Amino acid sequence: MPKSPKAAAAVTERSRLAVRKTYKLYVGGKFPRSESGRTYLVDGDNVALASRKDARDAVLAARAAQPKWAGATAYNRGQVLYRIAEMLEARRFEFAALGVTPAELDAAIDRWVWYAGWADKIAQVAGNANPVAGPYFNISAPEPTGVVGVVAPGSLLGLVSVVAPAIVSGNTVVVIAANPQAAITLGEVLATSDLPGGVVNILTGQAAEIAPWLASHDDVNALDLSGVDDAVLATELERAAAGTLKRVVRPVGGADYRTDPGTGPMIDLLEIKTVWHPKGF
Amino acid sequence: MTATATSRLSGLPDSPADLRTFLHGLPGVDKVGIEARAAALGTRSVKTTSKARAIELAIRMVDLTTLEGADTPGKVRALSAKALRPDPADPTCPSAAAVCVYPAMVPTAAAVLAGSGVHLASVATAFPSGQAPLDVKLADTRDAVAGGADEIDMVISRGAFLAGDYGRVFDEIVAVKEAAGPAHLKVILETGELGTYDNVRRASWLAMLAGADFIKTSTGKVAVNATLPITLVMLEAVRDFRDRYGRQIGVKPAGGIRTTKDAIKYLVMINETVGDDWLSPDWFRFGASSLLNDLLMQRTKLTTGHYAGPDYFTLD
Amino acid sequence: MFEYAPAPESRSIVDIAPTYGLFIDGEFGDAKDTFKTINPADEQVLAEVALAGPEDVDRAVAAARRAFPSWSALPGSERAKYLFRIARIIQERSRELAVLESLDNGKPIKETRDVDLPLVAAHFFYYAGWADKLKYAGFGSDPRPLGVAGQVIPWNFPLLMLAWKIAPALATGNTVVLKPAETTPLSALFFADVCRQADLPPGVVNIVTGAGDTGRYLVEHPDVNKVAFTGSTEVGRQIARSVAGTGKRLTLELGGKAANIVFDDAPIDQAVEGIVDGIFFNQGHVCCAGSRLLVQESIAEELLTSLKRRMTTLRVGDPLDKNTDIGAINSAAQLARITDLSAIGAEEGAERWSPPCDLPERGFWFAPTIFTGVTQAHRIAREEIFGPVLSVLTFRTPAEAIEKANNTPYGLSAGIWSEKGSLILAVADQLRAGVVWANTFNKFDPTSPFGGYKESGYGREGGRHGLEAYLA
Repeated sequence: MPKSPKAAAAVTERSRLAVRKTYKLYVGGKFPRSESGRTYLVDGDNVALASRKDARDAVLAARAAQPKWAGATAYNRGQVLYRIAEMLEARRFEFAALGVTPAELDAAIDRWVWYAGWADKIAQVAGNANPVAGPYFNISAPEPTGVVGVVAPGSLLGLVSVVAPAIVSGNTVVVIAANPQAAITLGEVLATSDLPGGVVNILTGQAAEIAPWLASHDDVNALDLSGVDDAVLATELERAAAGTLKRVVRPVGGADYRTDPGTGPMIDLLEIKTVWHPKGF
Repeated sequence: MTATATSRLSGLPDSPADLRTFLHGLPGVDKVGIEARAAALGTRSVKTTSKARAIELAIRMVDLTTLEGADTPGKVRALSAKALRPDPADPTCPSAAAVCVYPAMVPTAAAVLAGSGVHLASVATAFPSGQAPLDVKLADTRDAVAGGADEIDMVISRGAFLAGDYGRVFDEIVAVKEAAGPAHLKVILETGELGTYDNVRRASWLAMLAGADFIKTSTGKVAVNATLPITLVMLEAVRDFRDRYGRQIGVKPAGGIRTTKDAIKYLVMINETVGDDWLSPDWFRFGASSLLNDLLMQRTKLTTGHYAGPDYFTLD
Repeated sequence: MFEYAPAPESRSIVDIAPTYGLFIDGEFGDAKDTFKTINPADEQVLAEVALAGPEDVDRAVAAARRAFPSWSALPGSERAKYLFRIARIIQERSRELAVLESLDNGKPIKETRDVDLPLVAAHFFYYAGWADKLKYAGFGSDPRPLGVAGQVIPWNFPLLMLAWKIAPALATGNTVVLKPAETTPLSALFFADVCRQADLPPGVVNIVTGAGDTGRYLVEHPDVNKVAFTGSTEVGRQIARSVAGTGKRLTLELGGKAANIVFDDAPIDQAVEGIVDGIFFNQGHVCCAGSRLLVQESIAEELLTSLKRRMTTLRVGDPLDKNTDIGAINSAAQLARITDLSAIGAEEGAERWSPPCDLPERGFWFAPTIFTGVTQAHRIAREEIFGPVLSVLTFRTPAEAIEKANNTPYGLSAGIWSEKGSLILAVADQLRAGVVWANTFNKFDPTSPFGGYKESGYGREGGRHGLEAYLA
């Protein structure tokens, strides 16, 4: 578990008083407090405790940002994801101070680089021309599904492993994060990476309280339950999602995020569009 | 369609159905292609002496505009004075081309501009929406001319255009042209509402066939006003129209043109699409307000060698 | 009335040394012989460059061979990060490299700045991303590299052709020896410096400058596993002969005589832009140039009037002036070829036209030119001129257009201009060309495969397909 530096050795001589960080939510590219005014204690830090209204606002921000993010060129999205890797590498010490191991940091940074390289390739792997039996040009191409609600796993690598595959293709996400300090510090990395506001929104708080509001939300297109440990909660959320026929990614118990994720996590959040056009003169 | 319009030019479509066939038979506009061309023209580097001349020309092409519900005689007098003498600190600075106001404000502006050579343009025809009966629109027009306007900026019925009722749009322009008498007529296409570049081309031709002296992009009152590619389509239209019928028609982009850099891009576009003949306030205008001060600041920078600041130019 | 004042891009951003050696095994070293490279816009010498002989090529291949085992054994994610570094450094040094390229090649700064350099960086970014994903590329679950690649590139897009060759080779785990063209060696030498800045392991990239013989030594070297060549069809044939029976893999990207087909329902103003782009971009020094305009007879006159009017706004001149559209011809030899073929065109009865043009006195220059009244039997309709010269032919029906477009030993590219989708797709189907552009021309992207049919070569560069050439 990450430890706050304030729990470290007692001060034995007079030294400079540190300026402590306030941990707020990351929504719409900004860092607001919870509209509920609530906080909870995590290793001595008061962390914003997200409410259903914060989730509502985050979905609005995600929806507003989605068309433009999906409309950017794949090359541009790839550049942004690579920049996220650059910024994460530069901020290693912050995550290390939160207790993230060097190995996990390496893996998280390399995971961003891996996904950055997928932006302009997933269409070539998941799409193709179809040889239909007639004089038609026919092509299947993947498109992002839209706004994705995510319950993230606890580790930094886990968080990266669910956010990156969602946004690389043009989706935007609302994430409920289990490990708030690392998650919000990641938010700070995102905020300095030319990632447009609203593409990733991070809510710190209780999944059991917030997730049902995302699962039942009419304007959320897909639900990623990777980080839900409680099987009963997971089932309830999947049932709630059925109301609007959201695409649901089920919990992945015991996942090793260091291994090759394959294309599944990206493809789960893509729609395949097939277009026909006659050929002839 | 009236005889006066059709008899002026030969080979014209002479029924609404023919008008549709004609307009829909014009060559299409490829959106990606035209936007790429406009962007490429925007990379021209206009420096030093050519920049100075371009700024002078752009100032002389400005239709200094105020079209607000809150306009008062005081505001319009100040604007008119600004159009006459944009930079009180520099008497060598040329005047703007015109002042552009609502019909109710025309007499106020006329009093200030009398005898100066600066034109007085009035919007008319239930600007900006155009949603009013024809007789109201004509009365609006006559009123403005009677008050002293020598230019009329009318709006087309976008509803009729988008519903395919080209004949009605045509007839209205003909009627307004007649009501405008000696005043020159700019026809506002409201390109931001037309949806496609093909429609901008068709609306341009429709307005020219009906007798427009100028075609104008926008009212400035909607989300998307003048853009470089839209103006490029219109410049191609006036070029082709003159080639075909021998009559020259002017172009006015309006709304959203705020910087000298933008204005120079328009001048480059004119230069490389239709050439010298349109590089004059008689054939090209900028419908703008804040553009003028930016032109003045850039003009000053070229003479003093350092960057200018807004405190040194009048806000009217 | 509206003249544009001179708008020169400053040369001071690039620091060209008086001499350069060969880049082998991570270091610059001398060769016995040297040659000079000049700026074709004013014939001034830019630098003296090493002329690699057979021993030098041998050393370079040996260095690449030594570096191969560890480079190919690196996890793909590590190779990816080297390539991402190279891409970033190129982005950061873009202006410098663009000015250098304009000086050495003669092409306008507007093109090197806005087209060449962005594409160079993008190619490295794109292939960087494949390095750790090869098993998803459709070439098996564990695609392996070939070994040492010998790569010979032309002078028309020096740094871009380098990117097209080196990026996929490195991403797949190969090491390379690359020979840039004789008249444009400098950007490859600066690229060597980029590799050093990126801490690329020595021997992974080796640059041997020289002329035709250097290229031959490289291509014929027994320890090269893969040959990649972009250049003339004539040399391509020689190379194909020389690798026969050796087991070496080969890809060739050769000449073209592309048809740019304009139908009567084309968006005319954009078609004119596409024709101009197709043949005058890069001074027509483009293998996929739209050098034959096939225009439907019913609109031919109208289209030609528009085309000529448009050509009068083309600006020929100093490549470093930001307003120049058409720069210098790359060399005296190329200028002679263009001049000779154009004379032949006139002799054979085609009608020649150029807009009025003030050409500078020093340097190699040719005004943009069109020939009308050309038929398939004219030499200027069949032979690649590789200059700003367009041959105009007419056709009556789509079937006739297709027949004429295909009636050539080449098959690199083609253009189709029409507002009708079904026509475009049907014509595209029947054109024997590796790249078909509809309502656009000369568009390139690292994700989009490029390469020809027939005597325009074989193999594809760019896209997922571009990986195949470098995998076992």
